[in-house]
Amino acid sequence: MLSNYIQTDKKATRDGFGAGVYELGQSNPEVVTLCADLVGSLKIQKFIDEFPERFFQVGIAEANMMGIAAGLATAGKIPFTSTFANFSTGRVYDQIRQSIAYSHKNVKICASHAGLTLGEDGATHQILEDVGMMKMLPGMTVINPCDYNQTKEATIAIAKHHGPVYLRFGRPGWPVFMPEGSFEIGKGIQMNEGTDVSIVATGHMVWYAVEAARKLEESGVSVDLINIHTIKPLDEEIILNSVARTNCIVVAEEHQRLGGLGESIAGVLAKNNPTPMEFVAVNDTFGESGKPSDLLEKYGLSIADINSAAQRVIARK
Amino acid sequence: MADIQKLKSIANQVRRDIVRQTFYATCGHPGGSLGCTDLLTALYFEIMEHNPDFNMKAENEDVFFLSNGHISPLFYSILARSGYFPVEELATFRKLNSRLQGHPATHEGLPGVRIASGSLGQGLSVAIGMAYAKRLNNDPKMVYALTGDGELQEGQIWEAAMFAAHYKMDNLIVIVDWNGVQIDGSNEDVMSLGDLPAKWSAFGWRVMEMNGNDMTDVVITLEEAKKGRGKGKPTVILMKTEMGFGVDFMMGTHKWHGVAPNAEQTEKALTQLEETLGDFPAPNS
Repeated sequence: MLSNYIQTDKKATRDGFGAGVYELGQSNPEVVTLCADLVGSLKIQKFIDEFPERFFQVGIAEANMMGIAAGLATAGKIPFTSTFANFSTGRVYDQIRQSIAYSHKNVKICASHAGLTLGEDGATHQILEDVGMMKMLPGMTVINPCDYNQTKEATIAIAKHHGPVYLRFGRPGWPVFMPEGSFEIGKGIQMNEGTDVSIVATGHMVWYAVEAARKLEESGVSVDLINIHTIKPLDEEIILNSVARTNCIVVAEEHQRLGGLGESIAGVLAKNNPTPMEFVAVNDTFGESGKPSDLLEKYGLSIADINSAAQRVIARK
Repeated sequence: MADIQKLKSIANQVRRDIVRQTFYATCGHPGGSLGCTDLLTALYFEIMEHNPDFNMKAENEDVFFLSNGHISPLFYSILARSGYFPVEELATFRKLNSRLQGHPATHEGLPGVRIASGSLGQGLSVAIGMAYAKRLNNDPKMVYALTGDGELQEGQIWEAAMFAAHYKMDNLIVIVDWNGVQIDGSNEDVMSLGDLPAKWSAFGWRVMEMNGNDMTDVVITLEEAKKGRGKGKPTVILMKTEMGFGVDFMMGTHKWHGVAPNAEQTEKALTQLEETLGDFPAPNS
């Protein structure tokens, strides 16, 4: 039910990561954290204060950080690397590919400041290709939680999952609306059942999808709304069940269309149930400096964009 | 005191294994493998306390990481001759469905391999991770890593070098195969390494040098290197080797970096290397 999802607070998803990793510090002695000179941005100071011997400041040397994490994991530790999403993926892709993914290392790659909502720092830091890069790696789990609560729960959950994980979150304060206890790796969340259109969203765009769905429902459109936090492995069943009800779908994400969640879902639908589909995502361009909400609007990721994509796709049925 | 003759005898067989693996595979990297044979023989048969009943975590044992993964025929021979897997398996090197991939990997579950390597510059960082875990676990054993000299052109090596000195990783010994050559020619021509001892020293490392093709020097230097434990600095051994060492026509050239010998060359090479432990059976095809 849409009415279950009400904003209770405004906090950054990266704060959820910091809170989650602090809890892990208390509950799991094998968890260690690494950071490449961005402790404040990644919100891990509390972990460092309480567990200094389990934290590694590696300096501005992300490639080395990934290799050290692989070595720590080989010895049985559960390393959480932390830096911006850009430096967690593109900058160190070969290190992740060879030393972590191909070598089956239990490393958690935790990446903040993903996407356009990084804001004013601009396109150098606004990575919009990271999900694509990471989902292509065999054995890599890719998770993009939507709010503080979900990010905190995902952080705690991935420590119990054996294998490499890419956990993607962001910089800005963002509505907190997910009830606690709702996260399970690989299991999408049915937020509302409907019959006219499926809307699937991930990350920050889930809140926008909730808002868009409310508007659509007010105008008489019945929305089937799904929160996909785990992009890989994808919960195919929840998607296929949804389009069986609605026969059309919109996917919203803060990422390039190429390589994103929409692309993964399109593959599932093409194979199992070809369905009219619209993509709310960045369309083969870099971002720029600006306020997060202004950027989302300029690059076609606003609530109104989800709304109009829904109208378009319904018309294509 | 180490039985140098015994180690030399093992090294002879390992060199035969290298030549024969690359011959049967019709590809691979014999040159650097032959050059580093004495080092790995000394490490696995004299210096390291290690358990061929393979345990990935390497608790309470010394660990070796091969960063220059292309010298895999050497690594595989050493692991097989140490008892990690059957010697017969060497015949599968680089073949379909083999655990002996072109470059070492954990993917197929080959005992003795803890990390994939091949894309250069990564092994030192991994070794640091293992060494740090040993520190956290109060595990007194050492971590060894081998890199090529051309590999030092990778920036990640120097990120790792800075880290290891900053964190006083004195349970880490890195050996650089300083044979002076890489695929495209000499280090000097391709990308000069400059004053290598001064570079490592400036990064805060304890620097040693040895002749990597003199078994006595190798054993003595490694024993001495271990004494750096507790002294607050990582140790690097700049190891002079000759690519192709032990096979006269493979020495003094970089031609044999990544080329396998043909039948005639293999026969000629094997006459120079005494069979001491029994050759692995030739593959069927």
